[in-house]
Amino acid sequence: MLDKSITELHELLKEKKVTSTELVQESLKKSHEINNKYNAFVTICDDATEKEVTDSFVSGIPFGVKDNYSTKDVLSTGSSNTLKNYVPFYTATVVQKLFNAGAIMTNKTALDEFGMGGTGTTCHTGPVLNPWDKTRMCAGSSAGSACAVASGVYPFALGSDTGDSIRKPAAFCGIVGYKPTYGMLSRYGLFPFASSLDHCGVLTRSVLDAAIVTDIMKGIDKHDMTSWDSSNIHLQAALTGNITGKKLFYIKEICDINRYPNANNELKEHLKNFFKTLELLKEKGAIIEEVSIDEKLLNAIASVYVVISCAEATSNMSNLTGIIFGPRSDAKNVYEMMKEHRTLGFSPLIKRRFVIGSYVLQKENQERYFKNAQRVRRLIVDKMKELFQEYDALILPVSSGPAKKLDEDKDVIDASTNVLEEHLQIGNFGGFPSITIPNGFIDDLPVGINITGNCYDDENILNIAYTLESMMPYKGQIAKERKL
Amino acid sequence: MKKQIATIGLEMHCEFKSNSKVFSSAKNTYSETPNSSIAPLDMAFPGTLPVVNKKCVEDALKVSIALNCTQPKYMFFDRKNYYYPDLPKGYQITQMTNPVGINGKIDIEVNGKLIPVYIHDVHLEEDSASLDHFFDTSNIDYNRSGVPLFELVTEPCFHSAEEAGAFIEHMIRVYRYLGVSDADTKKGQIRCDVNVSIADEDSEELGTKVEMKNVNSIGGVIGAINYEIERQTKLKEEGRYSEVEQETRRWDEETASTIRMRSKVDAIDYKYFVEPNIPKYKISEEWIEEIKTNIPRLHLERKQDYVNNYGLSSYDAEILVKEKAIADYFEECLSLHIDAKSAANWIITQILGYINKNNSNINELYLTPKRLKDLIAELDKGTISSKQAREIFIKVIEEKKEVRDFISKDNAQLSDKEELTKIIDEILANNQSQIEEYKNGRTNIFDYFVGLVMKQTRGKANPVLTKEILTEKLK
Repeated sequence: MLDKSITELHELLKEKKVTSTELVQESLKKSHEINNKYNAFVTICDDATEKEVTDSFVSGIPFGVKDNYSTKDVLSTGSSNTLKNYVPFYTATVVQKLFNAGAIMTNKTALDEFGMGGTGTTCHTGPVLNPWDKTRMCAGSSAGSACAVASGVYPFALGSDTGDSIRKPAAFCGIVGYKPTYGMLSRYGLFPFASSLDHCGVLTRSVLDAAIVTDIMKGIDKHDMTSWDSSNIHLQAALTGNITGKKLFYIKEICDINRYPNANNELKEHLKNFFKTLELLKEKGAIIEEVSIDEKLLNAIASVYVVISCAEATSNMSNLTGIIFGPRSDAKNVYEMMKEHRTLGFSPLIKRRFVIGSYVLQKENQERYFKNAQRVRRLIVDKMKELFQEYDALILPVSSGPAKKLDEDKDVIDASTNVLEEHLQIGNFGGFPSITIPNGFIDDLPVGINITGNCYDDENILNIAYTLESMMPYKGQIAKERKL
Repeated sequence: MKKQIATIGLEMHCEFKSNSKVFSSAKNTYSETPNSSIAPLDMAFPGTLPVVNKKCVEDALKVSIALNCTQPKYMFFDRKNYYYPDLPKGYQITQMTNPVGINGKIDIEVNGKLIPVYIHDVHLEEDSASLDHFFDTSNIDYNRSGVPLFELVTEPCFHSAEEAGAFIEHMIRVYRYLGVSDADTKKGQIRCDVNVSIADEDSEELGTKVEMKNVNSIGGVIGAINYEIERQTKLKEEGRYSEVEQETRRWDEETASTIRMRSKVDAIDYKYFVEPNIPKYKISEEWIEEIKTNIPRLHLERKQDYVNNYGLSSYDAEILVKEKAIADYFEECLSLHIDAKSAANWIITQILGYINKNNSNINELYLTPKRLKDLIAELDKGTISSKQAREIFIKVIEEKKEVRDFISKDNAQLSDKEELTKIIDEILANNQSQIEEYKNGRTNIFDYFVGLVMKQTRGKANPVLTKEILTEKLK
């Protein structure tokens, strides 16, 4: 039953063909099953109970929450040992809004520790496996949410996105991942990774569902000064299926196969499929153009991201000392306590990022690294904003193909496909609305396509994604393990 | 050795008063009960975010304007990163790149002379939690965590402990006049870091700067500066000036000395960067103008006004400007055209006395300047004696009535010469033997006759007139 969309489930609940209790029970049963198979959850809320079905689409329907959202009385670990016993006393704004609308949280999903990873393998509960192929990763950091939604545990789950943490796992799991314009969703209660890049967002199996859930969650929040009033934005209503005359561009330096002399078959297939997908948009009356961008700018994306995100992260996570929350050390003095808590609590990957973050912020390095990274970030954003004056959206393939093998991981970046892997970070630099939808398969593994637009233009972006989705057979698909 | 000149700079922290804390919704109150006014942000629970209290920004701008600083076009904050158990977030939200005021200048009065003080910058930040240390544990009280803290950094422009002390007193008065803080040193609302160096009188360069952290009283600041000047001068005299190190020391109240904490070489790199959770926002010209209209005249300006334009003594003027409410009361008297000296006299001798004795507040005093004017008018007319005036003063306040309610035929002063002469004649007729004595040279019993007259008239006889008639009759 939970493989259905939100609107379908709402219909069934309204017609009393299914009850909220049945959905919750099914979701919990499925959670245990999926957890055993793919290790997707930190907590399964076995005591979750039904909620009244109202006119809200999500009422009575179960959903998942990434474990870096603060949820009152429910363990919230950020998938880190530093918070392995932390039970918050307040609920994040966006989660609370879904509760208020009658949705039921059935589990907390695993992530790369505090969202600081792109593999879904650095969770304190172990790596999350891809439901299409257990030997592959889901990508991260919203790995558990992507895995669960793709597996039909519920129609939607919350994710967070600092570099591509919603949009990449969505692609690798064959589902929809959407992060709205920065500030449209309150970050109050989201454990911070890099505040200027962090976005809340949602993973679903259709663009319509993403619009429905975001319509409920969005809005100005007095607890988050970066949130803004979006009461004039109606995402669901904007999904008209009409994109005639819309102008989209792709970036030549990223999509041109000739740029990759050592391209493997996956990459070739992936780019071929990308251009095939563009044809569908043209059929719907959209105009697609190729744009060339200075490669220097594109090549800087990854380092700008590393410098800014690590710098902010090292500061943001300075509250994790074990003194107020998290396991407290028995060491003799307070500095030893902090040191022990952090030494034992954080994974090596995170520690490496803290070292980078501290290094680039040091007085003698700040100008050269941190300030320059901020300047380049500004250049990239300005370039995109300039293009968004002319175009409605940027469209690009996600990653260099389908999900990577788990044993290939280790955060190693192949220099030649660097930009292809990292370009989604542009969306975080500018706070742009950005959505990934599935656009096919390579060797029975899903791949995705991403559409990114100008700030506050979420309606337009979602409508383009919605229209494209309707031209392809991947909407609502549920993961099935491929036969090897 | 050449004469040594000390150069002193101050960093003065002042806790602002406000309903809620500077970045959280917790109450900003001074509470004895630990951890009783805290919001999740004050303990840095994961996912909490700072929300700027606009009132605190407004107050910070107010001080910035009053100190003649330049205000920034945009308001934003920085993070100062360091680990300390009283700092739950692991960073303090403060202002480094774009403080709320820079390059200010004011005059202060030291021993009746004006000296200029140059302000490097003023900025708004959050206070840390407070620590209580016990034998084998320390307790953290987060009540203070997030309390708005206003930091003022002077240029090294003072040359004596006295000047520095006078500046702190001046600023305490400014904070109170502006209504931004109670500036109570006993509650730790004013805390200073002091830096001191010495150099030859004719030297162009400053000597080695030594900093003293967290000096929490004016006495402490003065003590620390004097101790340091003496310590550094002594080392120099002994040819050991190289032992004066650029370091951080603390002022120890008990031993009245400064004690080394750490060398500046070990200074922490605070890794400042702009706080990303608080969007930059524009400080409009209109807002600045609006704040300007709410800035009252400060005490020094008022004092000079009272002395130069109203003929008050510097001493009296100083008393009047000690508190803004009293100065305001005095100025209201002036606007009612009460004679300045008379008003000052009444305020200083009667009103302040009454207020101190009864622990009350001049703003709540029933004897408003208008009523004081009525009282002084009656006194001037001679309807009442000054003794009566003082009695009526108390009665007006305590019975909450008008002055005229106490001016009646019954208690009006007896100033009718004919009537008074009749009474005196009668008294003299009954005291023949005393008249004899008086005439025989016991002139000191003159007061005895005055006393009899007063007794007879129940104190209402006009004393001047009484004495006049008696002198005449006893010739």
